[in-house]
Amino acid sequence: MESILVLAHSDETGEPLSKGSLEAVTAGRELAAQLGATLTVGIICGISDNMVNSLSFAGARLLVVSGEAFAQPRYASDAAACEGICRAAQATIVLAPHSSRFARVMAAVAHRMQGCIDTHITVMNGVDEVHATRWFYRQRMEAVVTRESRPWFLLLDSGTHAAYAGEAAPVQAEQIAVEVPALRTTVLGTRVPEQGAILAGTASDGSSQRWETIRPDAKLLFVAGAGWTKKQPDGKIHVAEAGELILQFVHASGASLGSSKSLVDQGGEGAPVLPFLTHLNQVGQTGSTPRHPKGLATCCHGEEPHVVGWRFIGERRAISLDPNCSWTRGKADVVYVADAFQVMERVNSLLGTQVSCGVPEGIS
Amino acid sequence: MSDSYHIVVCAGIVPDPLQTLEPTTGENGPGVKNEMLLPAVLDPWAASAFYEAPNLAAKHAGSRVWLVSLGPKAKLQQLMMTVAQKASFELVPIDGPIGGFTDAHATAAALADAIAVIPELDRSKLLLFGGWESATRGAGVTLQLVGERLGIMDQFQGVDRIDARDDGSFEVLERVEGGKHQISVCAGAPAVLGWATGNLAEPRNNPRVGMANMRTIMPALQKAKSVSLAADGLRYISVSLPSQQRTTRVVKDLTADEIARELVEWIEAE
Repeated sequence: MESILVLAHSDETGEPLSKGSLEAVTAGRELAAQLGATLTVGIICGISDNMVNSLSFAGARLLVVSGEAFAQPRYASDAAACEGICRAAQATIVLAPHSSRFARVMAAVAHRMQGCIDTHITVMNGVDEVHATRWFYRQRMEAVVTRESRPWFLLLDSGTHAAYAGEAAPVQAEQIAVEVPALRTTVLGTRVPEQGAILAGTASDGSSQRWETIRPDAKLLFVAGAGWTKKQPDGKIHVAEAGELILQFVHASGASLGSSKSLVDQGGEGAPVLPFLTHLNQVGQTGSTPRHPKGLATCCHGEEPHVVGWRFIGERRAISLDPNCSWTRGKADVVYVADAFQVMERVNSLLGTQVSCGVPEGIS
Repeated sequence: MSDSYHIVVCAGIVPDPLQTLEPTTGENGPGVKNEMLLPAVLDPWAASAFYEAPNLAAKHAGSRVWLVSLGPKAKLQQLMMTVAQKASFELVPIDGPIGGFTDAHATAAALADAIAVIPELDRSKLLLFGGWESATRGAGVTLQLVGERLGIMDQFQGVDRIDARDDGSFEVLERVEGGKHQISVCAGAPAVLGWATGNLAEPRNNPRVGMANMRTIMPALQKAKSVSLAADGLRYISVSLPSQQRTTRVVKDLTADEIARELVEWIEAE
């Protein structure tokens, strides 16, 4: 008989558990119900016991590793904490969110537990045996896998399950004592890439504002392609105007800003660049595969290495001057054959952009 | 503390991203149709690691770079014709199957075994480089498993930058959620660094470097150890191409104003 452990961690924003962790709890509860298995939740955090005790998972056993050493994501301490919980739980199936924190350590934990691991799981189900669905070749093939070896660790992609939202109630958490290994790594914190910091503007009331370009929870993904920096119908390049239009739109719409590889790469080739774009904005084969309900591509051909990053985007629209671009071949729902400069200027006007985005340094 | 590094880069072979891929099932389970015949490239994120390694080595006298790659010997030889021109390195080839459907645990074991017996490799100076995920399996676990097998207790994934300091420590930028970097300082080697994009462009081909490399690469390929990768209980229920094909509406006859209005309605709709 299977037994299920859901590993979870706290959120750097101050929430007791990250959104991905709560999604993993949902997945664990569903799978436990299908298999008739017992459910244990293990939490790694640096927070106080009182905070942990306010978490309830509808009867699940709750194991906790807490303390200052576990407050920050770090390989040595996180691996030790996860291993400690796994040894205490002795589960056959271990579910965890595919967060940067757990992706860094969970394969090692599986190895220490003499188990096996699969990651980027999108769907899970099981009655007689557990089946997990994941993508291969950068979202170009989908496979359903199963394993005989136990424990089987499964990292779940974010956005594939609803976040658990059960009633909070006191629950007796079991503290797991973990010997902190020698720590050779010190975590200093996080920061937005320097180029991203350029994305600042002045509001209508004169106050200075800063905002981040990558917003995983945004409803809309806005992708800028290399066409923004190419010669326009007047025979000239308008990079400054392009930068301002994009920044205004991203701010007004609350969209997350993505880019094609060619646009972020061309800085290294001496071509004009939009300096607020970094490789972190890159979507596709060698970039990210975000999950937003809607996506709008502009000045981008929609070639396969880029579009594989759109696999989990719901509604897709594109603006392109090329009526034969790849978006028209079944990759987008709507393709507008039009000049993106003209269209986005009017879109910004309709959205009532309140923020004047100064032209960032480096755009000329 | 010596400031030289022994950098081992793990990098696989993947089909050129522009190729159309089709799954097929053979005696050994699923695979990609005609994968051996498809043009291949060095795995893109591992290639970032491969470009960063000689750059770091050049700043630290006495450093050495090894490239460990698992794939069919003929395919490795074919790929080395271009890769060898990028930077100086010593190849550690492993003759084994290609593709994303092999088990990461078996792959990691083969890589760790090969690294463990590299002559003159000083483990106290070891920086294990590779891509944070491959373009085939894309699981992001192989490098971590290799590091764990080699007993390396400091690991970083999604690395975009490493800055070595005079005292032997180094600062690392790792990608985390929300388009941010986590900044960490590690006391020094040994460490595992799974690279994302890094900051370096692909080096230009240098035929002179290529010729020098090939003098050691060809004998290494001839002596490449053959491995078979066990499935270890991994079973594929199905492998398929995504069936979703959208019915695209191509709009050619609307003005910019009309398109803008339609887009704003769409953006604001729940």
